[in-house]
Amino acid sequence: MPGLDFIVPAAYFAAAVLFIYGLKGMSSPVTARSGMIWAGVAMLLAVLVTFVHPKVTGNYGLMLIALVSASVLAWWWARIVAMTDMPQMIALYNGMGGGSAAAIAAVELLKVHSGQVSMVPTTLLVAAFGAIIGSIAFSGSLIAFAKLQGWMRKSWRFPGQQVVNLVVFVATLAVGAWIFIDGPSPMLLLAFFALALVAGILITVPIGGADMPVVISLYNALTGIAVGFKGYVLEIPALMIAGIVVGAAGTLLTQLMAKAMNRPLSNVLFSGFGKADEDAAAGPATGEMKSIDATDAAIQMAYAEKVIIVPGYGMAVAQAQHKIWELTELLTSRGVKVTFAIHPVAGRMPGHMNVLLAEAGVPYDLIFDLEDINAQFPTTDVALVIGANDVVNPAARKDSSSPIYGMPILDVDKARNCIVIKRGQGTGFSGIENLLFFEDNTRMLYGDAQKVAQALISGVKALG
Amino acid sequence: MEGWIALYIFMLAAFTGIEVIRRVPAILHTPLMSGSNFIHGIVVVGGMVVLGMADTTAEIVVGFIAVFLGAGNAVGGYVVTERMLEMFKSSDKNKKE
Repeated sequence: MPGLDFIVPAAYFAAAVLFIYGLKGMSSPVTARSGMIWAGVAMLLAVLVTFVHPKVTGNYGLMLIALVSASVLAWWWARIVAMTDMPQMIALYNGMGGGSAAAIAAVELLKVHSGQVSMVPTTLLVAAFGAIIGSIAFSGSLIAFAKLQGWMRKSWRFPGQQVVNLVVFVATLAVGAWIFIDGPSPMLLLAFFALALVAGILITVPIGGADMPVVISLYNALTGIAVGFKGYVLEIPALMIAGIVVGAAGTLLTQLMAKAMNRPLSNVLFSGFGKADEDAAAGPATGEMKSIDATDAAIQMAYAEKVIIVPGYGMAVAQAQHKIWELTELLTSRGVKVTFAIHPVAGRMPGHMNVLLAEAGVPYDLIFDLEDINAQFPTTDVALVIGANDVVNPAARKDSSSPIYGMPILDVDKARNCIVIKRGQGTGFSGIENLLFFEDNTRMLYGDAQKVAQALISGVKALG
Repeated sequence: MEGWIALYIFMLAAFTGIEVIRRVPAILHTPLMSGSNFIHGIVVVGGMVVLGMADTTAEIVVGFIAVFLGAGNAVGGYVVTERMLEMFKSSDKNKKE
């Protein structure tokens, strides 16, 4: 009968294998669900076996209370939120992971202070870095969550922000170095964690607009790395492997996303979206916005040969995806060729729109990526933009002073007609004026995307 | 743990992570981010270990927080991913019809 010193590591090893296998499964839509189930089994196994981990000697009751209460709360909240709110839920749960890694570091460092645990300098260094990264991921993710949830202003800037950020970050490292030299006293630890948390907040507050998904992905990668470092400190290889696998995968994903926007990551983090807000507001928008009513728009689309639908966050907010699919089916039955064009960062995350369209039942083969469909706009009769803004703003091509200049966009302005469904006249999430709305071939269709879609459906039906 | 061995583990894990998601279609980026978010919920195990070792009030409180946050990460991450993937399943069915 093998002892615990065999069973515990063996179970962690099995968990690590299953995590990688599960993540691999998630790289294809066909195997994604079974991959996720295997990863779930791994998690359950790892948690159960930890109750008999040799280092665990007490506090079982508290452990159970924490596990059960957090699980019930997280499960309940993840279950009730609307699909459109998923991005901020990822931010929230990711932040919790980062916070957990930071808290683990705090306990370990307190143990070092009381002399119960001794760490060689390397371990202490890894523990401290894990603490910084975890804290930044924690407070940064919570700010991202609050922004997406609409609980706080979209972007908040003040003069000398970069300098303040730098000072806070350097101060965090300095206190870290102090801990490294003098040992972790409670007061130093308090200052250390407080500074790291403030750094996470300061980095995130100025970031807004289409940059948000990139930042969430970055914090996801950071939490992974922090978890990996904690695995080293606690000598649990399963944590090291799972953490670093996620850290590496997340870093690559973040880069792919930044690349999709044609902005280097440093640009996303430090130069900030909407830095040129004031200039852009006074930008070269000439002409006026021309509106159209739903009946006329319906006629235009019903007699078109080719329609391309470009969904954006507005569709998500209005939960309009089902109505849009109904409209698509109606138009298709009249012989109109309808396809969907999805910008890599449309919505609040890459793939956000794909998820929603999939929910409504739109088949994959009608949905196209930016590179595949951009050449088709000049031969398209109607481009229907639903609550998308920055990703269709021609300023990215035309106006070198615009903060989004150089970002690849969907060239809807090249279509013969462009109809934009929008809630009101204001600028979008990023606060940048959209030149598209002032083009001669653009018509604005104001209203909630779901109601407008319904009006378009009735309009097309009325044509018989 | 021996530092060099740890470095090897980190190196191999990093390559694994990159290889596993290198050729993923954009459509799966969000579920994948969510799935990897779930996987680093394994941090709950670390939380349990430190809470299991904690003696002073401060250690117990912080350890409790570690377990609570870690469990929230794992469970919330799982449910969110599961809900996203549910939708892809239904769209697969539509395609076949």
